[in-house]
Amino acid sequence: MSEWRLYEVFVRSKHGLNHKHVGSVHAADNEMAMENARDLYTRRSEGVSIWVVPSDTITASASDEKEILFDPAEDKVYRHASFYKLPDEVGHM
Amino acid sequence: MYAQLVDTGTKRLKTREEMSPEERDFQDKIDAETKIEAKNWMPDAYRKTLVRQISQHAHSEIVGMLPEGNWLTRAPTLKRKLQLMAKIQDEAGHGLYLYSAMETLGADRDEEVQKLHDGKAKYSSIFNYPTLNWADMGAVGWLVDGAAIVNQVVLQRTSYGPYSRAMVRICKEESFHQRQGFQILLDMMREGTQAQKDMVQDAINRLWWPALMMFGPHDDESPNSQQSMVWKIKRKSNDELRQMFIDQTIPQLEFLGCTAPDPDLKWNEETGHYDFGAIDWKEFYDVLKGDGPCNRERISTRRKAIDEGTWVREAAVAYAAKQKQRAAA
Repeated sequence: MSEWRLYEVFVRSKHGLNHKHVGSVHAADNEMAMENARDLYTRRSEGVSIWVVPSDTITASASDEKEILFDPAEDKVYRHASFYKLPDEVGHM
Repeated sequence: MYAQLVDTGTKRLKTREEMSPEERDFQDKIDAETKIEAKNWMPDAYRKTLVRQISQHAHSEIVGMLPEGNWLTRAPTLKRKLQLMAKIQDEAGHGLYLYSAMETLGADRDEEVQKLHDGKAKYSSIFNYPTLNWADMGAVGWLVDGAAIVNQVVLQRTSYGPYSRAMVRICKEESFHQRQGFQILLDMMREGTQAQKDMVQDAINRLWWPALMMFGPHDDESPNSQQSMVWKIKRKSNDELRQMFIDQTIPQLEFLGCTAPDPDLKWNEETGHYDFGAIDWKEFYDVLKGDGPCNRERISTRRKAIDEGTWVREAAVAYAAKQKQRAAA
């Protein structure tokens, strides 16, 4: 179905949780993408909500950009609570 | 399962010195159990092997619906019919999960399906056998899906991320298939007439050897396995998987009160495994080449489904175009 657009499917498994990527479907339009996603990814009540997003509208980071994007965060340990040691007497914070 | 004899396009393994720096990085990732994702660099042969294996696996799921579809209108009760429909629907779903994993590698679904219809792509040999009586539905679920599970559980750890994730989903759903199959047989053996019990044994007699063939040729006859194992596309060898399947299946067979059509089958105290007789590899290669009992029928059914559905697909595209036009106006 190359003439049909590819959509990425995201499913919210329970109220209160994020939508999570589960796979993709082909469809002629948005509505059909939703129906196909329902049939394909929620046959056993895996979800309470579905997003379908045309794949060609997603901008993704490339694997060779990994260092440029994520390395700067590596040496910023002071962004984590565990960096700050408190005296025991202070108790839970 | 379902990939038998996947050509890796490599004659022998490359030594580390022969690898390019990219190839070395890639192999290091594999060795460290880091999953390869769609956008990562990968050797061309790895990509091609995966497209071949995943498409073959997907085709098997799709063609695998046909032997069971044969019994949909003839299921003995409404309950059995619903179960069988759910199982067949799952198989369509499994085929689609796999095609979608395959597409992440840049392969085109239509093109791969066309290769199947032109007889250029393989699918599992098992689906070229006929399903002659109702007990076959039980035996297919129990033995065929059982053999598939043994293979697919291991494939959950395959090195390519999208394939591995599809396998996780599939395995979760597949165990229902095997249990419903076993239950069909168990009911027939416990509550059935003698004629029905005979059907169970008959189904097992016909499907036993083809089920063992699903794991593919012996390791020393499987020239592509070595490369697939190094790339961790495959995680266990054909013979290892076949032995696992036999060892776990025989106690279930005995529980049913049935036998395997293999006079050489016996427990080996020393090895802790069952010994079994020689597999008829000529039959396996004949079926794989297209000369099994149902090859032509299966492919012509698939072609017919695509051809007769053309107007539906065209109508869907026309409808979508019209809706878009209206929304723009």
